[in-house]
Amino acid sequence: MKPASGPGVEAPGTYIDERRLPYPFCPGCGHGRILDALNAALVRTRRDPRRVVIVTDIGCVGLSDQYFLTNGLHGLHGRSVTYATGIKLADPDLTVIVLMGDGGCGIGANHLVHAARRNVGIAVLVFNNFNFGMTGGQQSPLTPPGSVTSSTPAGNPEFPMDVCATVAVNGAAFAARTSAFDPALSDLIYEAITTDGFALVDIWELCTAYFVPNNRFSRQALEQALKQTGLPAGAVARRTRTEYTRALRDQAPSPGGAPIRAIEPRYKSALAGPRSIILAGAAGQKVRSAASVLGRAAVMSGLYATQRDDYPVTVMTGHSISEVIVSPQPIGYTGIPAPDVLVVLAREGVPRARRLACGMGPEGRLYVERSLVPQFSAGTKARVHVLSTERLGKRSTGLAAVALIAEQERLVPVEALEEAARDGHRGVEEEMVRAIAARKLLVQ
Amino acid sequence: MSRAFITGAQAIVQGAVDSGCDFYAGYPITPATPILLGMVRALPPRGGIAIQAEDEIAAIGFCIGAAMTNRRAMTATSGPGMSLYSENIGFAIMAEVPLVIVDVQRMGPATGGATTPAQGDLQFVRWGTSGGFPVVALAPENAEQCYRLTVKAFELAERLRAPVFLLADKEVVMTAETVDPERLKSAGPVTPRRTAPPEGPYLSYGFDRPEDVPAFSPFGGPHVVRVNTSTHDEGGYLTKDPAKVERLNRHLVAKIEAAAPDVEDVALDLQEGADTLVVSYGVSARSAADAVREARRLGRAVSLAVVHSVWPFPKAAITRALAGVLHLVVAELNFGQLRLEVERVVEAGQRVTGVHRVDGELITPGAILQAILQQA
Repeated sequence: MKPASGPGVEAPGTYIDERRLPYPFCPGCGHGRILDALNAALVRTRRDPRRVVIVTDIGCVGLSDQYFLTNGLHGLHGRSVTYATGIKLADPDLTVIVLMGDGGCGIGANHLVHAARRNVGIAVLVFNNFNFGMTGGQQSPLTPPGSVTSSTPAGNPEFPMDVCATVAVNGAAFAARTSAFDPALSDLIYEAITTDGFALVDIWELCTAYFVPNNRFSRQALEQALKQTGLPAGAVARRTRTEYTRALRDQAPSPGGAPIRAIEPRYKSALAGPRSIILAGAAGQKVRSAASVLGRAAVMSGLYATQRDDYPVTVMTGHSISEVIVSPQPIGYTGIPAPDVLVVLAREGVPRARRLACGMGPEGRLYVERSLVPQFSAGTKARVHVLSTERLGKRSTGLAAVALIAEQERLVPVEALEEAARDGHRGVEEEMVRAIAARKLLVQ
Repeated sequence: MSRAFITGAQAIVQGAVDSGCDFYAGYPITPATPILLGMVRALPPRGGIAIQAEDEIAAIGFCIGAAMTNRRAMTATSGPGMSLYSENIGFAIMAEVPLVIVDVQRMGPATGGATTPAQGDLQFVRWGTSGGFPVVALAPENAEQCYRLTVKAFELAERLRAPVFLLADKEVVMTAETVDPERLKSAGPVTPRRTAPPEGPYLSYGFDRPEDVPAFSPFGGPHVVRVNTSTHDEGGYLTKDPAKVERLNRHLVAKIEAAAPDVEDVALDLQEGADTLVVSYGVSARSAADAVREARRLGRAVSLAVVHSVWPFPKAAITRALAGVLHLVVAELNFGQLRLEVERVVEAGQRVTGVHRVDGELITPGAILQAILQQA
């Protein structure tokens, strides 16, 4: 926490824009008391007001930021914590304070939990008057049970959310509960805004327009309730944890971020026109990485290539289908209604492959694993080649098949495939090269 | 000549990096996830921040907060996530937040088809938030255009202090293809948003002419800054003064409309004496180009317009292409969303045929060719 700094910057005696006073709140409303306490806490921080951002949620509390000489952001209902997080991430040295109502704790509960869990260094002040004031006194998730509100005329049947416990159990660095009448309110707010981590203060107060008249509520009742509910008051959680934006900055970045690598075409393909290849296999056969090797080998051979993949929502099970087009000319349409070459490696790929095979003509080439041949005995005019995959490890099947058809259909030289396999498959290069060599096992 | 074999997602990540993007927040969703994964690897080594948020609402919320603290921010999602972005898209329009939003379209509505190609969000990005205010949206049809239009999206977002959409689609983002790496280089650094001089008073939303873009000043910078999503005056204070409200609303429209000539981006391939014009965008434009080539081979004079700037609708370019044309063919993977806009600009006697497909398969060049030939 840095004090007001920079040439010519004096710590202001107040952070309130007095030209804009008085506050616009109802007589007896607690909001003004809380804003005065916030101001007193800010005065203690001596921070340059330009280094403070007050983010307001929706409701009467949303009117608050415009009475401060600091930066202000007035955003959407429930989302104030997300803007505050973005601001803190972008400039971690800023003091970022969220002002939200008890209503905002409902629609924005998700963000409260996650900001606490991450321990983002923002301070959230909950102006908790137990109901929605601006929209006419409706129930909020913090409304006490039995209370009459305009949307619970027979009394609130719901259990209220303990917002302090919620953020505390999820990792907040500081959580406190008090009332707008507490003489120590400003001290708690000061502690919240100087906490190096996520801090929340649940501040109970009076809504004199709705909650007070609907429930014969008063200052005494509020203070009694604070004692009688069994909810802890005062600072209920203090925890030392690394603040999120610092943890993020201190993290060594992973050495990823592979730049787009140029491929120098140094092989030659005899291909005269476009050829479309569909590989239909199962998850685990490395179909997609085999297709990628073919695509890159084609580019290394001076061809254009496209690769589209199709796989189900499941991960290590189900079909895995890749569609590759290689062509001496640039490729527009990437669909393959009827492939020139169809390779069927597993039963998972059969349903799609059977539909495709029906559309293939006599010039089409159908390479099928031996056990699946009966499923293609009718309905296709393509010439069938039988493959034996049983002598191959599952992980080698896709690439071995690609290597076989690359050779037999004269798509690209095997050397190009080997180079493409070595390039960009760190740790498994030799496994991939062995799979290419294993193509011969497929036809033995 | 060297080449590269990359997906549209890789091109978008590279385009963002080359645009000086230094903040990314996203939430996993097919088919936009590859962009999230690319950004979390690309930005941190360069001093940027890229994180996964708890949901799409938080993702765009983080971006808005960061953008107003002088970061160049981007987020990417697909249809279901766009639905959750909706309210914050309104924020970015109203509070004049520079932000790039990538919508990798998949089949809708709702969860639809996660890996199923579709182009159903064209009108959604235009009308995806309350109030009916205009937006800018660019649509790539291949990896090279993914790169170029990402850079352009950042240029426009910075210049206009507005959300700019990259309306991509599953096919273009997830398909790997051959590109010339020389074409994936930006012409130069993206021009930063115009910032207010550090001295003197500052109005967060000050403008003279309606089309002027207010000078930016970041949170934490030399001025006290007020960002406001409610109807506000030039100082960023809430107002219901009818004159100020109208001035603000007209400004939000005028700044986009005034930029339309610079946004306009249509690849016109006009043929002398053509009586038919094919209009398409995104993945369908690839089939359209194949179909036009084939039609010409068959002796037909056909023109082609590949629309890269879908919003504002590129009226001037399309109108130019319409000269002398009797028939139009509009190809897209939906029930006719761009066709609606084309129909608004055609003249009496010019007939529009839509080639639409909604079964999850791509439009074939043959279907477009048939539409061209049937026009005769």
